[in-house]
Amino acid sequence: MSEESLIGKKIPRIDSWELVTGSGEFSGDVILPGMLHGRILRSPVAHGRILHVDTSRAEKLYGVRAVLTGKDVPQKLYGAGSGKAPIPGAIPDEQILCVEKVHYVGDPIAAVAAIDRDTAEEALQLIDFEVEDLPGVFTAEDALKPGAPLVHEWAKGNIYDHTVVLKVGDVEKGFGQSYYIREDTYKTHTMNHAFLETRICLADYDPRGKLTIWASSQAPFRLRAALAQVFELSEKDIKVIHPFVGGGFGGKVDIDHIELLAVCLSQKTGRPVRMEHNRSDQFLAARHRHEWTIRLKSGVKKDGTFLARSFDVILNGGAYISSGFKILLNTVGFSDILCRTPHLYFKGKRVYTNRPPSGAMRSFDHVNLRFADNQHIDQIARDIEIDTVDFLLRNAREKGDITGARYILRSCGIKECIEKSADVSGWKEKRGRLPKFKGIGIGLGSHTAGFKSGESDASAAMVRVHEDGSITLLTGTEDHGQGSRTIFAQMVAETLGVPLEKVKVSVLDTESCPPCMGCYGSRGTLQGGRAVLVAAEDAKRQIFEGLEDLWEISPKDLQAADGRIFVSGVPSKSISFEEAVKVCQGGGKVGPIIGKGFFEPSSERLSIDDGSGNLSLAYGFGAQIVEVEIDPETGDVKILNVVAANDCGRVLNLLSLNGQSEGSVHMGISHTFYEQVHFDKKGRTLNPSFLNYGIATSLDMTKVENIWVETEDPEGPFGAKGIGESTLVPTPGAIANAICDAIGVRIKELPITPEKVLKAINEKGH
Amino acid sequence: MGKQEVFLNVNGQEYRLYVDPHVTLLDVIRDEIGLKGTKRGCDLGECGACTVLIDGRPYNSCLILPMDVQGREILTIEGLVREGKLHPIQQAFIEQGAIQCGFCTPGAVLVAKALLDEDPSPSEEKIKEALSGNLCRCTGYTSIVRAIRSLTG
Repeated sequence: MSEESLIGKKIPRIDSWELVTGSGEFSGDVILPGMLHGRILRSPVAHGRILHVDTSRAEKLYGVRAVLTGKDVPQKLYGAGSGKAPIPGAIPDEQILCVEKVHYVGDPIAAVAAIDRDTAEEALQLIDFEVEDLPGVFTAEDALKPGAPLVHEWAKGNIYDHTVVLKVGDVEKGFGQSYYIREDTYKTHTMNHAFLETRICLADYDPRGKLTIWASSQAPFRLRAALAQVFELSEKDIKVIHPFVGGGFGGKVDIDHIELLAVCLSQKTGRPVRMEHNRSDQFLAARHRHEWTIRLKSGVKKDGTFLARSFDVILNGGAYISSGFKILLNTVGFSDILCRTPHLYFKGKRVYTNRPPSGAMRSFDHVNLRFADNQHIDQIARDIEIDTVDFLLRNAREKGDITGARYILRSCGIKECIEKSADVSGWKEKRGRLPKFKGIGIGLGSHTAGFKSGESDASAAMVRVHEDGSITLLTGTEDHGQGSRTIFAQMVAETLGVPLEKVKVSVLDTESCPPCMGCYGSRGTLQGGRAVLVAAEDAKRQIFEGLEDLWEISPKDLQAADGRIFVSGVPSKSISFEEAVKVCQGGGKVGPIIGKGFFEPSSERLSIDDGSGNLSLAYGFGAQIVEVEIDPETGDVKILNVVAANDCGRVLNLLSLNGQSEGSVHMGISHTFYEQVHFDKKGRTLNPSFLNYGIATSLDMTKVENIWVETEDPEGPFGAKGIGESTLVPTPGAIANAICDAIGVRIKELPITPEKVLKAINEKGH
Repeated sequence: MGKQEVFLNVNGQEYRLYVDPHVTLLDVIRDEIGLKGTKRGCDLGECGACTVLIDGRPYNSCLILPMDVQGREILTIEGLVREGKLHPIQQAFIEQGAIQCGFCTPGAVLVAKALLDEDPSPSEEKIKEALSGNLCRCTGYTSIVRAIRSLTG
């Protein structure tokens, strides 16, 4: 590789100018002449029967252009699985507007389009409606009781479809042979994505049956497919435009009812319609992170190696399925992805309640599982008097392992992550030696990095080399802030041997760009990246073929680097990239250079019975060690230091990687101490604003020391794997372990509030 | 009550506008004047995405009525670039990787400007304090603080 290689360097984002000047267009910045604004009337009760809806007064208000109720919109059910590449278990169970029943506080009943937001809001007040309040269930516990009111008549016992069970070996035999057995129960509450840009879209329906829609989405092609299915349009007649997106974290993967309603209102009015979740709606009626109850039982040998492990999880997923069942299926395999487990038993249920629906959120809730498991393991180690780091090293997975659910770990640097983070943090010197109320703890994590959703799910890219030697990359893999545009541009520049400034990434729209089902599950780098590499290599091949006659040399003897194409070993025989392009296009041998590529990971579909199958082509891994100091008067926990060692396969962009790690750690801090959506006894959200739903601020900022472990995954582009989620997974468990180290009491429920810490301290008798 | 005449000075330009009395400065900047860089994150003054500088001090424009800021100097993110060149703060944000999704960026950059104009060498604690009204879900604030520190004397 040339000395000027871009791989591994600190490369600022290529879209920085637009974002730092405020000139970058987000969905809410797009204006179309004559556009209307939509608002939604939402159910005030959690479970109810709609008795009547009278929109006549609203329709008469000056400025109102349309009012829709359930009978005015397509009756077809939709869900996270609508369209192509359906997410397993994501049956369509949501109505665009509820017709007979509502299932959570916030469920849409009617929609208005008006000349401005205020008029639309006022119109909602003029809709007369009555909903009969029915008994509802809000906790998983209540929902599972025999005779409990059913959220959906077809979901017996309020469970989605069936309980998932995986059996590997014989856990009872394993427990029987164990030197020590421990059981724990952990709980985490509903959380919200809290991205800064709420979901928003602008739909422009043309009466010929053509639709253009700008949407803040992580999955524009998925959106196109879902819209086509629901509105019975052809995909060729739908253009989804993906402007800048202000964060996603999994909360912008599902199609949202605002997108569907914007289309309905645009169809009705013949005008473009902007529809958005305001911040309150985003907390109330958009997706959340599930609420979890996690029961763990583990048996170990005297040397601390696992013999048998049993996981029993219950997910409170609210009123609709979203991707909740897939989250459960993935969790099966996550259970033993970090530690070798001869005998494994996993049982899980996804439960319906009359709360807002929960869906995907950063790490598909792997962070919740590891909050429980990291603490459970730390306690076992303490109980049998083995240092936790030693315990983890004795059990940790290695490259080549195949897990109980048959995940194949083609690269796995977890041991190196543990060793390096322990070394840098001074674990051996500190553990067990810190003064009272100071503690140090370790947590491990992992996540997917390149997987297929559904039967056919290739990501594709095109590399167009312009006549002047500049390059435009068209990719279907979107960027919602995680930096994929920059990584892809680096890959193109590296492959073609040109400066990064020569590469532009075009705005993503589903008409011009080749497809990808979306960027989620940290798959962008690997899946999107491999497609980009194939396209770049194809463009390079075309250029080399175009030069065959120039030097009468075979393309295999040519190289591209430092802005030039040259004969291997003969630097004097070289031509600038721009000249090479001219030669190719002028002579007519090659013509315009357009490289194309696609990549479909050979990951497997998971069994819906037991979640087995190789979920992902590669997996990221990480270990974090956290030091804390507790104030025994207030219960406040101060994070003194975080050492985060992550296996990313290969460092592509150090600035981006560090940024992801720092962002993840702080989201982890936020999850640990602040985040909980509170509901009252009637299922109403009590804290739908940043005032009462705390997320970390700059005052919580803590020092993060980043260590990058390069395991060169055989499937990764340049060996790289995505780490946007595996960097979050260890954090709450590591912090909770540090707190336990500081006060000698374990707090088994998120969030860890000062009240819980004080209670723990007082119970311990400090 | 009908629309009222309001004179605003934004980025050194005078604007004469007719607005409903309850419409916020954020709405006016985005919809009447057409400057889209100031973002709406919550409309309740809780996230800082709508930060503008008024006479050099940062405010949540979603909580301000245009009538109350006539005659004051309002600076939005668009006012920082001069003759096609980025402000040093903007350059620092880019170089230190302080921009991910970019939605909080305009607000954070303006808060940084207000801080550094008042105190060219703030401590890290003071920087964190100044930024505490700007929520960011992507960066963990680390790179933003680093960007500001890189400019301190």
